[in-house]
Amino acid sequence: MPNSKPKKKKTTVAADVDIVPKGTSDNWAYTGTVKDHFFNPRNLVIDVSKMKGYDGLGMVGSPACGDMMKIWVKVDKKTDKIKEMKWQTFGCGSAIAATSMLSVMVTEKGGMKIDKALSVKPQDITKRLGDLPTRKIHCSVLGDKALRSAVNNYFIKSGQKDRVVKEQVRIIDREAKVTDHDIEEAVLEGAHTLEAVQKKTKVGVGNPEVIPEVEQLIRFYTEKYFG
Amino acid sequence: MPKNIYLDYASTTPVDPQVLKSMQPYWTENFGNPSSLYRLGRISAQAIQDARQKAAKALNCQPEEIIFTGSGTSSINLALKGLIASKEKIHLITSAIEHHAVLDTAEYLHKQGHEVSILPVDAEGLVRLDDLQKTITDKTELVSIMMANNEIGTLQPIRAIGTWLEKINKERVKKNLPKIYFHTDACQAAGALDLDVKKLHVDMLTINGSKIYGPKGTGLLYSKRGTHLSSLIHGGGQEKNLLSGTENVPGIVGLAAALELAAKNSVKESARLSKLRDWLIKEILEKISKTRLNGHISQRLPNNINIAFLDIEGEAMLLHLDEVGIQASTGSACTSATLEPSHVIRALGCPYEVAHGSMRFSLGKHTTKKDLEYLVSKLPNIVDKLRHASPVKIDMKEVEKSVKNAPREITNL
Repeated sequence: MPNSKPKKKKTTVAADVDIVPKGTSDNWAYTGTVKDHFFNPRNLVIDVSKMKGYDGLGMVGSPACGDMMKIWVKVDKKTDKIKEMKWQTFGCGSAIAATSMLSVMVTEKGGMKIDKALSVKPQDITKRLGDLPTRKIHCSVLGDKALRSAVNNYFIKSGQKDRVVKEQVRIIDREAKVTDHDIEEAVLEGAHTLEAVQKKTKVGVGNPEVIPEVEQLIRFYTEKYFG
Repeated sequence: MPKNIYLDYASTTPVDPQVLKSMQPYWTENFGNPSSLYRLGRISAQAIQDARQKAAKALNCQPEEIIFTGSGTSSINLALKGLIASKEKIHLITSAIEHHAVLDTAEYLHKQGHEVSILPVDAEGLVRLDDLQKTITDKTELVSIMMANNEIGTLQPIRAIGTWLEKINKERVKKNLPKIYFHTDACQAAGALDLDVKKLHVDMLTINGSKIYGPKGTGLLYSKRGTHLSSLIHGGGQEKNLLSGTENVPGIVGLAAALELAAKNSVKESARLSKLRDWLIKEILEKISKTRLNGHISQRLPNNINIAFLDIEGEAMLLHLDEVGIQASTGSACTSATLEPSHVIRALGCPYEVAHGSMRFSLGKHTTKKDLEYLVSKLPNIVDKLRHASPVKIDMKEVEKSVKNAPREITNL
């Protein structure tokens, strides 16, 4: 944030300037909370054959992209609250810890209302984990998507089709078949420049007129996840 | 005391006590600038001269053909950019499993207007000579193939490539075509393989001090007489005017000492490590299901073990191993700066998920059988735990099919 107002307490110049931008350090060291959830994951499914009687099942990601998540939920129909959330994850330390934390967040204190659970953002999870290294943020993103997919599955199974949350996707480059979602993924995977995003998606390579829009999206997503 | 088992020697090695000792006089006592004419300067200049001679002996070349650099990467940059800088639109050839120092430099040179061809490797990580042969054009002036791969340890047929290039260079001279220079990145090979540049038939060869029990921040480039390189760093004219800047005297002394030691011990040590390597590979493949050796079974660095553990992700495994005191490395995207999984394992034809679940254990002179037995005692449980938590179930047959059907095409940038 630029210094528009003079600060109450006069500090040194160096202290006023954010010399090390928050969260950009290449620190691999995880916080204690992350480690705890990684080594002692909560609500983890150990035996899939015992997973019966759940109201919703969701799965997102693929092992090819390095992260894949499966989430089971039980819902209290009367209160519309999530009573149980179980999961399995193929992913790195942050992905495992983030899913574990998400399962705690939506089930603690008697369970979270579905509408509220649907609005849990990756940032909310990382905040509870006590921050992740910047380039690990993308690992925590799948959790909320997997939960949305499990809840959607519950909506369909329980005859509440009107409540299904659609993931909006917009095509940006018809030739390269790239959507805004693809660009979001690329940014999350660490591509923060047009060149880097093009390397991953080929967006605008044969279609240069879409580049201004792509650049705008890159700025938007970079701000959203890393700003 | 908690266990501390280091199995990442391919990443970097500890400095050998003898190397450290050789460097000792050049920090506070003999600190003179080698360019100075007075006594202290002359001592430093002499130390560099001695080091150059030692290095030349280890590589069987002339001392003038040794350029001391700051790392393997800086040697590679000097070799590739230095050779091409004064040329216009040439063609260079490299392989898909090179270190990023080569691949990214090649990409940079491509952006400068040069043509780049990237050779595929076979299922075991070997560059095929016939691929190279059909990629050569009249404009080709540089081939850069690594001697041993850093991730999967595969040894490339450098001598065969070098001999063949020398032969066709003779024909090219007659046809008035430019000579093809041959560079090899020997960062991983040094310490294990014979580095005799005459036997290898290379024009340039890169070595990194920190992989051979020498100090970090040191490297060298062998550049055969008659190989014209342009300077990348301008200034005081050090290192034949190629890398100006006051010489890292203790580093250079240490690097030479490390090379000397490596030459002395490599045969015996390689034999010891090969045995340990083969034992560990056998144990893991036997004791843990759904595992796959990445790379070649015997055309392989004596200290390299790279195994894919299907259905699990490498970083999670690395964290579990770290917790029990074992330090190793993974091809997982999550530990790379680019968040892309290992390009080397992908080049073998393995699907992404295999690259994500690959672990590299690299042995070194402090590694004992006991260390590896400890690793083998811990691994199955960790793999089991992570597999239970994983929703992924990859079919081994699918992986083999993918490797078999990989396109293996030559990529032209």
